[in-house]
Amino acid sequence: MIGRRIAIAVAILALIAVPYAITEAYYVNIASQILLYAIFALGLNVLVGYAGLVSLGHAGLFGVASYAVASLLAAGFGHSVAILSALAIGLVFTAGFAALSLRATGIGFIMITLALGEILWGLAYRWISLTNGDNGVNVSTRPMPFGIALTSASAFYDTTLVIFLAAVAAVAIFVRSPFGAALAGARDQPRRMNALGYHVWMIRFGAFMFSGLLTAVAGILFVYYNQFISPQTLALTASAEALLMVISGGAGTLLGPIVGAGLVVIMKNVVSAYIVRWNFMLGAIFVAIVVFMPEGLVPGAARLFRTAVRAMSRAKPAPAAGRKP
Amino acid sequence: MSALAVTALSKSFGGLRVNTNVSLTVEPGERRLIIGPNGAGKTTLFNLITGELRPDSGAIRLFDRDITRVASRKRAHLGMARTYQIITLFPRDTILRNAMLALLGLSPMRWNPLVALHRQSHLLDAARAALRRVGLDRIADRPLAQTSYGEKRRVEIAMALAQNPKVLLLDEPFAGLSIDERRDVRELLVAIPRDVTIVMIEHDMDTALDLADRITLLHFGEVIVEGTRAEVVADPRTREVYLGE
Repeated sequence: MIGRRIAIAVAILALIAVPYAITEAYYVNIASQILLYAIFALGLNVLVGYAGLVSLGHAGLFGVASYAVASLLAAGFGHSVAILSALAIGLVFTAGFAALSLRATGIGFIMITLALGEILWGLAYRWISLTNGDNGVNVSTRPMPFGIALTSASAFYDTTLVIFLAAVAAVAIFVRSPFGAALAGARDQPRRMNALGYHVWMIRFGAFMFSGLLTAVAGILFVYYNQFISPQTLALTASAEALLMVISGGAGTLLGPIVGAGLVVIMKNVVSAYIVRWNFMLGAIFVAIVVFMPEGLVPGAARLFRTAVRAMSRAKPAPAAGRKP
Repeated sequence: MSALAVTALSKSFGGLRVNTNVSLTVEPGERRLIIGPNGAGKTTLFNLITGELRPDSGAIRLFDRDITRVASRKRAHLGMARTYQIITLFPRDTILRNAMLALLGLSPMRWNPLVALHRQSHLLDAARAALRRVGLDRIADRPLAQTSYGEKRRVEIAMALAQNPKVLLLDEPFAGLSIDERRDVRELLVAIPRDVTIVMIEHDMDTALDLADRITLLHFGEVIVEGTRAEVVADPRTREVYLGE
């Protein structure tokens, strides 16, 4: 337990130190991107990992929150109104998504979320009077929480980090809670859960809302980070990318989606500067993950570590004297 | 007032009539055995009673309360618990956590997303007590995947008992068990106090017969014979349809 606490403290200190260690604004911005996508992936993982429901429409929910902020700012509202309304709008859309898609599980659920995500993408693309179509919407300013200007890369990073840590804590608490246990039970044995007195549909709905809340938070951070939103953000490829973050890192683990978000963002932004066919690289890495660590990077690395430790202790001569080998 | 009253219950899957006009009344504290050949509609009857399936017609009453249209999950809250013929447990969790999920199902705490489940000492104690009843408290922290089939059967029963049911439905509690395990489970069932009413489906007549007060024989979805143990065993129709003589 103490070792775990020290590890968490070290990780938080390391995250705080990032803007001081890498002073170049470009890389600090990439660190911010990793954190905001990690929040997105954490939200998606609530459904994919803990509820066992794979959504291919989450970029739609992400984009709704982004567009809500951009449109409200363009209409002349202040930042706090825009942010709070975007959260509310995000949750309303999430409730609609959940009500429609939770009629099914498995492949049916995937297809319904995919269709809903595509509808939102289509609206963003075609409803030009609201979204400005393919040209997107610009966001000229960032908010100033407690009078701190978020214009610099490091200030934005710090804000994102605070929200990211809150999101990680929220998911960690959720997963260990009775509701989290009920959600995992509904994933593994829905029939039994129903017979035990649980409202399986409502449990899944609650999880979907939590997932949608984190997704909306990430969407709001994204639009302020980019200061621009266009229909591309809602495209199916964006949903698939988020899903890849969750699965490559390790679905149903707390750290997996964070590691996955880091992997995808770094491949997209950093490696693409050096390798023209970075998409090919990303694909190759995913194939390698699926072949060697099908459970994802975090659980896979933990498994390899355990195997190594066991092999090391076996290699040592047995210290027990007087006991037959 | 009967504990469980099923009146004229019918269920068809397409053209296949699985239960036809089934009526049975189980008194409080009674041990009722339901027998019948494969495909007689025994498990379907259970699924109708627990609400996992909706009947085409007929009524189900639990302590004089009409529950025919009550949602399956609510029947658990009204004092009905069941076990499954095919083991239906949580394979990724420990035995203890399986038992905790059974207790949590009837607790308002199941909606709480803020507290840590493993720190709820009253739930932990109650789960351990439920496992002690079936003799599994010593291996409570073992992952379910590392337990034997017989132990899983006992976890099934422990989870149902943990909910403190008024009516307990056991779907083939002896299925797939060795002779020793059968004896253990049998002792376990005998020890259940009489304030719990038990309805049990069982193929193994040798083990189950003397547990039963009354026996209902189902055949092709219909009640063929019902009566005391001696009456049903002596009835020529029992020999005809069930024992195949």
